[in-house]
Amino acid sequence: MSLDYVKSTPGFEKFMPKDYRDLIDHGPFGKKVSVSQVGTFKEIMEEHPMCAGCAMTLFIRLSLISLPNPEDTIIVGTAGCGRLAISQAAIPFVYGNYGDTNAVASGLKRGLMTRFPDKHKDVVVMAGDGGLADIGFSMLMHSWFRKEKFTTVMLDNEVYGNTGGQESGMTNIGSVLKMAPLGKKFDKIDMPDLAKTAGCAYVAMVVPNNPKRVEQCIKKAVLIAREVGPTYIQAYTSCNIEYAIPTDKVMEDAKNVENDRYQFKEYISDEAKQYLGEKWGYKEYAKKAIQTTEVAK
Amino acid sequence: MYQKREHLYKRDEPYVLKPGPEGYVPPAAASMGIELPDPGEGLIYGRKTNEDAVMEEIAKQMLTGKNPTLFPGPLVLWNWNDHAKIKAHAVLEIANEIPGVMIIPMPDYRPKYPKIEPEEEINPNHPNLTIWHNKIEVCIFVGLHCHYANLTLKMIRAGTNCLTVAVCAEQGHEDAMLTIRDSDDNKLRRLAQVIRKVRESMGIPAPTRPPYGGGKREIVTPEEWAKIRSQGLSSLTAGTPPKGMPMREGQMPHL
Repeated sequence: MSLDYVKSTPGFEKFMPKDYRDLIDHGPFGKKVSVSQVGTFKEIMEEHPMCAGCAMTLFIRLSLISLPNPEDTIIVGTAGCGRLAISQAAIPFVYGNYGDTNAVASGLKRGLMTRFPDKHKDVVVMAGDGGLADIGFSMLMHSWFRKEKFTTVMLDNEVYGNTGGQESGMTNIGSVLKMAPLGKKFDKIDMPDLAKTAGCAYVAMVVPNNPKRVEQCIKKAVLIAREVGPTYIQAYTSCNIEYAIPTDKVMEDAKNVENDRYQFKEYISDEAKQYLGEKWGYKEYAKKAIQTTEVAK
Repeated sequence: MYQKREHLYKRDEPYVLKPGPEGYVPPAAASMGIELPDPGEGLIYGRKTNEDAVMEEIAKQMLTGKNPTLFPGPLVLWNWNDHAKIKAHAVLEIANEIPGVMIIPMPDYRPKYPKIEPEEEINPNHPNLTIWHNKIEVCIFVGLHCHYANLTLKMIRAGTNCLTVAVCAEQGHEDAMLTIRDSDDNKLRRLAQVIRKVRESMGIPAPTRPPYGGGKREIVTPEEWAKIRSQGLSSLTAGTPPKGMPMREGQMPHL
């Protein structure tokens, strides 16, 4: 299928705003762009109303650059800080009600698979820890149990940052917040393990400090979700307002947290490894797939 | 149901949908008893009228109103398929019959914060900014999805004095002052012909300049315009659009 639908109709090119002309001429649609090429192409999200120094914004920006086919991707989000930025990206965004993102994404993905049987249309849920681990927990888990083929990305700022600092299920035990003055009394939910147990084919924990790693995780997760099964990425995206992190220390904090409780973890099922190796040319997995087959023989 | 400001409207008289500003929360036209037009009809200020009469009223308003503007939406701005191409061509035909018309696109519906550029574009989430900035008093919306057209039309009626025209590919819009329905490319071309006929009957000369962008920025150069006038629109659109492209079975009229 051609990419004519991300171009303007003949005669209207001149009337399109500069922003859109740049997107058509220099955007990432139909090209393979990488985070290392930032500055050489027009990104699909540039302006945003997020707080200064917001790590979540950086992660969202990196994620959007990393999408394998942005012209054929729909993002589903919900209430929270993240949607303020994601909804401004030049790709479709569906605003699910609080809690139902993964149910919406399930229907959307199934509809797209029926409507476009010969083409991959990627669906990515990108919501906060409150939207996924608390209020959307049931829908999230059931979408995994049903093996729905889309990616879920948790923007984990470990707090309800948008509403003044209430604790979420992903807040660390003992954390004192503006609206949780006595400190949290329970452990942070172990979502990556839950995802693995529930049958996700790919699970990763990342911080935005390492753009290349974020890119690799997003690409793998979206590709695997096309044919193998659900995938999950959990990203530490601190709220520098609620956790009082000075703007210039946000990345330093992310680095410290990465070294402490948010070390990079990646789980890929054997089926997903084989799929990446055979279908998408991931050499490391192609070898492993062959070795596994030989051992089995 | 709209309750609070009911005292402002005379209950026994049909509600007349006039240009605003009608206040912060105007009543939805449907809640005031205005119905969508039947096939072959349109709405003039909320009243069902023969489509030809509506087209003539659209022509008069666009030819006499201050800063007439076309707001094309995503369904005609993006190259979805051949039908979108044909419709875009027909929209430009309308623009080429209205002297001094501006074309300000609505390329998509995403919110634009911290700010939009009101000279360059219109956004459904705050269309009043573009209307105010360019001092637009009459406009045509074409090629928008219905839900965002409804939102936009209500906001414009709430906060501006702009007369709105909805050229709709579906069933029309009761929140527009003038609307026609089932607008495929043939109907768009018919509207262009009606505008030309009314313009000539009113003694208004043909446009001498190409359509402007927002803020009356010249987008098509005078040289290009001379070419368009002598060779037709095909010189602007870099090729003649496919003619008589049959629609697929079950295809929506706007696609």
